[in-house]
Amino acid sequence: MTQKVRLVHYLNQFFAGIGGEEKADLPPAEREGALGPGIGLKAALGQKGEVVATVICGDGYFNENLAEASKTVVKMIAKHKPDLVVAGPAFNAGRYGVACGAVAKVVLEEIGIPTVSGMFAENPGVDLYRKFAYIVETGNSAASMRQALPKIAKLALKLGRKEEMGPAEAEGYLQRGVRQNIFVAKRGSERALDMLAAKLNKRPFETEYPLPTFDRVEPAPAVEAVKQSKIALVTSGGIVPKGNPDRIESSSATKYGRYNLAGVDDLSAASYETAHGGYDPTYANQDSDRVLPVDVLRQLEAEGEIGQLHSYFYSTTGNGTSVANAAAFAAEIAGELVNEGVHAVILTST
Amino acid sequence: MHLELGQIFIKDVQLGKKTQVKEGILFIDKDELLAKLQDERLAFIDLKLAKPGEATRIIPVKDAIEPRVKVEGPGGLFPGFVHTVDTVGSGRTHVLKGACVLTVGQVVGFQEGLIDMSGPGAKYTPFSKTQNIVLVAEPVKGLERHSHEEALRLLGLKAAAYLGAAGRNVKPDKTISYNCPPLPQALQQYPELPKVAYVYMLQSQGLLHDTYLYGLDVKKILPTLIYPTEVMDGAIVSGNCVSACDKNTTYHHLNNPIIYDLLDRHGRDFNFIGVVVTNENVTLTDKERSSNYTAKLVEWLGAEGVVISEEGFGNPDTDLIMSCTKLEKKGIKTVCLTDEYAGRDGASQSLADSSPLVNALVTAGNANEIIMLPPMEKIIGDGSAGVVDVVAGGFAGSLRADGSIRAEIQMIIGATNELGFNKISARML
Repeated sequence: MTQKVRLVHYLNQFFAGIGGEEKADLPPAEREGALGPGIGLKAALGQKGEVVATVICGDGYFNENLAEASKTVVKMIAKHKPDLVVAGPAFNAGRYGVACGAVAKVVLEEIGIPTVSGMFAENPGVDLYRKFAYIVETGNSAASMRQALPKIAKLALKLGRKEEMGPAEAEGYLQRGVRQNIFVAKRGSERALDMLAAKLNKRPFETEYPLPTFDRVEPAPAVEAVKQSKIALVTSGGIVPKGNPDRIESSSATKYGRYNLAGVDDLSAASYETAHGGYDPTYANQDSDRVLPVDVLRQLEAEGEIGQLHSYFYSTTGNGTSVANAAAFAAEIAGELVNEGVHAVILTST
Repeated sequence: MHLELGQIFIKDVQLGKKTQVKEGILFIDKDELLAKLQDERLAFIDLKLAKPGEATRIIPVKDAIEPRVKVEGPGGLFPGFVHTVDTVGSGRTHVLKGACVLTVGQVVGFQEGLIDMSGPGAKYTPFSKTQNIVLVAEPVKGLERHSHEEALRLLGLKAAAYLGAAGRNVKPDKTISYNCPPLPQALQQYPELPKVAYVYMLQSQGLLHDTYLYGLDVKKILPTLIYPTEVMDGAIVSGNCVSACDKNTTYHHLNNPIIYDLLDRHGRDFNFIGVVVTNENVTLTDKERSSNYTAKLVEWLGAEGVVISEEGFGNPDTDLIMSCTKLEKKGIKTVCLTDEYAGRDGASQSLADSSPLVNALVTAGNANEIIMLPPMEKIIGDGSAGVVDVVAGGFAGSLRADGSIRAEIQMIIGATNELGFNKISARML
């Protein structure tokens, strides 16, 4: 008889039945056997696998103490010598998704075993950690638990038995963006000629590696009538009004902010700061003009060197932010700037 | 140009009193061979045998060469090195199929590779399946690297020519005839089939990343034409010490699978009209010039389709993308053969360059993928950490106390060969 697949289940405080937001500061803890959704997972595994332990951590605690919490959690997991970890499912709970992803990462790096999780496609944990985990796509709430668990169990058993894992669509996980070597029936030269024959005969063919598209932007011609131009400031350096009212993420931004500059001649430490988590913020927080030069542009405006400074600036954090998000922000921002009669933009980065 | 390639199947290699092929066994007179290989730049040369299935590891391997001999027709094997520069590629050539000469010695340190004759590493390299005649050579003290590389290069070529000569009067087990007519006739063949050419990129980044065409360093060539059969007689020779996994050894050149497969499908799927060789120099002007010239020659040939193979990675990715883009812009349908450096986790961008016109690409795998190689009973060459940890694909701690190795497959000779020699590919998870 084949051995049962051993897995450790990671849950947050809510799904472990400990409490809601008021218990989010719970430090890592462990329980024997299955708990909460683990009961359903156990049922889905049947006789082929078992939940040997459950590790629990509050979402708030995990996210605020990422390094320490990861270390403690991985230690708790490792001692059970599992074949793999199941984390979540987290559905659309952002901090839970991030915690599940972070657990997958540390488990892979420290123990070398895989993790299966389940998340709603837009959970930030997906983009941040997809390459470290096999993430089953779920609905956006726990209402889809019943559909998610059998899919998670299926992948878990496959991984636990070290069976070969197929591509995302075939196996039912969100594409990880990870290249894996495989041996195929034909040698490369033959495959190349097959592809050439298809291409020449206008038959469908599939490239073995779709190249990423580099968006090469031709530099725009110089602005000739600067003195008559309305100029806007846009930055990926994360400058925001103090307190970061729009909660722009410190990395992997999913949004940008638009902030009024009417009556602002200088960005003071009392009123502005950076939300960017990818550089030392000391000097940007002391004087945000260092990243977003409002003071200099006001001066040029007064001297008549530029027509006027546009009365809004746009800001996001260019720190691990996906190209897809950045391109979407840029399209919206550019559209608004054009509508508002802006002639030129100074784009500052960090 | 017409060439008959007679294959003599070699099922075993043994040391003997006389160098000869008898009933599929290649016997080698070791003393005579070593005497022929003497070179004042090499202080020490030894010969070892390595056979499929043995628990043997060979490292650091510089080149692999298949023994062949010119039996009829002009010229001799490896023109420009072993023979004068007579035009080769016609007449009759015999091949000791299944035998392979390997040269071993550390030239640059990080750019020679590993061959395991058994275990999980064996399936990545074609040289775990050949009867290997391994030449381990040490340079004289203070020998400069370029001279060392040249001495090792000649050592392998001379040994392959010497051993190949043992097949001169042996009746081949299998003979294949290749007929490559001059262009005007070639263009008239199979009018119903698409005319295709092969663009053969040769490593020429310089500083021990060199390839030779009739003895000429291809850094100095403009892209030019070559008959497929010339390649089978050793007109192209490897002189490079680039990463082991995707350098084309001389063996790979002699057995270029794209050429053999195109000849095989000539008249069935394609009208194969010619081969353009080009280089991979490092300056932008050189890249522009060579890719322009390549696209022009292919257009001039009248090809409708092209397969283009890269050698190496990173910097030459730009040559590949440039040539492919220029060919596509001329309306010539192009397929690229390359490999990937997607990182150990497979999550990084695989190539250093990109173009939306490059839409048909065959991959020979991710060279960064990690493999565990168990300890071997016998090491030929130098399997110490001073070699293993510094070879491209290795890292500090690659060699473990028990003799096992944890490294990228980049370390294995021919693992991600971009002529499409292997059955490896990669997919997106």
